Amino acid sequence: MYQLKEVTKTYTRRGETVTALDHSNLAIADNDFVAIVGPSGSGKTTMLSVLGGMMAPTSGQVILDGQSVYDLSIEERTAVRGEKIGFVFQTFNLIPYLSACENVQVPLLLSGKTPDEQRKRALEMLDRVGLSDRVDHKPNELSQGQQQRVAMARTLANDPQIILADEPTGNLDSETRQQVMEYLTEFHQDGRTIVMVTHDSDSAAYAKRTIRLVDGVALDVKDARAA
Amino acid sequence: MKLRTLIWKELWQRPTTMLTSLLTVTLGVAALVAIQNITVSSERKIAGDMESLGANVLVLPDNVSLQDYYSADMHGQTMPEEYVTRLALARMPGVENLAPKLCVAATVDSIPVTLTGILPRSEFQAKSAWQGLNLIANPVGSDRGCCPTATSVGDGDSESPADLATTRSIQTLGKREVILGADIATQLGTEVGDELNLMGEDFEVLTVLPETGTVDDSRLFAHLHSVQDLSGSGPVINVIEIMACCEDAAGDLIGNLSAELPETRIVTIAQVVETQVAVNGLMSSLSWVFFSILLLVGGASIASVMFANVTERRKEIGTLMALGAGRRFVTQLFLGKATLLGVSGGLIGFLIGTVVAVVLGPQLLGIAVRPMPQLLVIGMITATVVSLLASYFPARKAAGLDPCLVFNDA
Repeated sequence: MYQLKEVTKTYTRRGETVTALDHSNLAIADNDFVAIVGPSGSGKTTMLSVLGGMMAPTSGQVILDGQSVYDLSIEERTAVRGEKIGFVFQTFNLIPYLSACENVQVPLLLSGKTPDEQRKRALEMLDRVGLSDRVDHKPNELSQGQQQRVAMARTLANDPQIILADEPTGNLDSETRQQVMEYLTEFHQDGRTIVMVTHDSDSAAYAKRTIRLVDGVALDVKDARAA
Repeated sequence: MKLRTLIWKELWQRPTTMLTSLLTVTLGVAALVAIQNITVSSERKIAGDMESLGANVLVLPDNVSLQDYYSADMHGQTMPEEYVTRLALARMPGVENLAPKLCVAATVDSIPVTLTGILPRSEFQAKSAWQGLNLIANPVGSDRGCCPTATSVGDGDSESPADLATTRSIQTLGKREVILGADIATQLGTEVGDELNLMGEDFEVLTVLPETGTVDDSRLFAHLHSVQDLSGSGPVINVIEIMACCEDAAGDLIGNLSAELPETRIVTIAQVVETQVAVNGLMSSLSWVFFSILLLVGGASIASVMFANVTERRKEIGTLMALGAGRRFVTQLFLGKATLLGVSGGLIGFLIGTVVAVVLGPQLLGIAVRPMPQLLVIGMITATVVSLLASYFPARKAAGLDPCLVFNDA
């Protein structure tokens, strides 16, 4: 269970205070699939950063599994992120000098797995996203769709309970976009919680719930695909 | 995959920046190693040269001033031969050889010559045995000095009489034997085994010395006591030449000699030694100055490259943090790279510096250079420390990056 309680986040830029999140409340149940939509500057990325334990709110609390994330030390928060949260980025953020397999191994290295365990798990994940034949390719030798699939394999490597996706289809053509969304749906069906920031209404349609952010306030739009 | 795999692969991702930062560190270590190698080898050579120069301390009668080192005994003033015994018995550290001399004018076949009386080392043995001091088993000086092996008065049987030209002393010399300098032998047309009449007595030519380029080439050398007897001078000498270790010649030895023989004048080539030592010291200091400057430049270069590297890799670092990398991991990523650069710079610098010294030493300075493995340790440790210090702030900057920058519009 993920909860935002009265979360406010303000920035000061050039002497002016900007409110990105304004006393936002949000409850995300386990195995939920939430799409966060809203215009540019509405606070979508801020919300994702706050949910990911990477940006402390100015006020309010973020509760994950009953624990206040920002009451933890930075190192403890980093550990929680490594264990429970996986990220999918719009620009994939693969490390350019590592092969597909090594990129998937990174979170496993960070969680202290041995090189053999890392390699075995990475190969399984790449197989799952249909890239068994590209394990030794560098990112620049892969198409954008393949790069996003490597990134998704990396997200799954530590078997996270929550996946936070930042515009996961923003850089993809329609065919690859559909493929990526089908993978996210599959991960959701595995029992994971998916929180996705998107501009794309077609992608948002894959989610169970859509949250619209308006002026830093989260509003539930609909219960998508209600059972 | 391990942390070092990440470091290694990232280094080769940007080889140009890596080589740039490596270059200055490498040059710093190379300069140190090359100059230190040459300096140390130069010191060894000077030490060797000083040894081959022979006597490097002279004991003269008090009222004599030294004009020429090689004709220090040509002043006509004398002092008691007993001084030699006093010095031998004093067993001062650093004294390798004692060579007392008495010079008198003589003629051979109406050619005026300088006849120099010298005391073979076998005479010291006789004196020592007579005084029951067991000097046969002990060196003239002492093993407390710097000499690798103190010269023993009792061990010189294998020595050739011709060694007098370099060692300034001889093991045995008969009372009616004479040694000729190269020039006078040619002038007299005399060869080994010939008889020469000196002051009314016949002497057999024991050997002819090789050419030395000094006044010794025109001298005749006979037993000191024979020269004293024939010249009627009594038991006196003009000079005692002392072959001392270089370091001692510039150090305490002179004071010890003056204390032992206060009624004499002690002259040393300490100035020469000191000058040479000073030149070497200057070279050595300069090598450290070069080393420091180049390492400073190297450190600045590494710091600049590392800061640029952190800026270049912001997204990558943010991604790693989002994936679970803590500050410690990110710091290790950069300090690990710095360590690799420092160790490689030290190693390559040592190899380049050693090769430069070994190749150029003999060609430019006429010095045979022996590599100094201890400089490898110094070079590697210093280069690594500089590299780590230079990378500390960039690493902290990287570890302090905001992981939110991984997001699209962050």
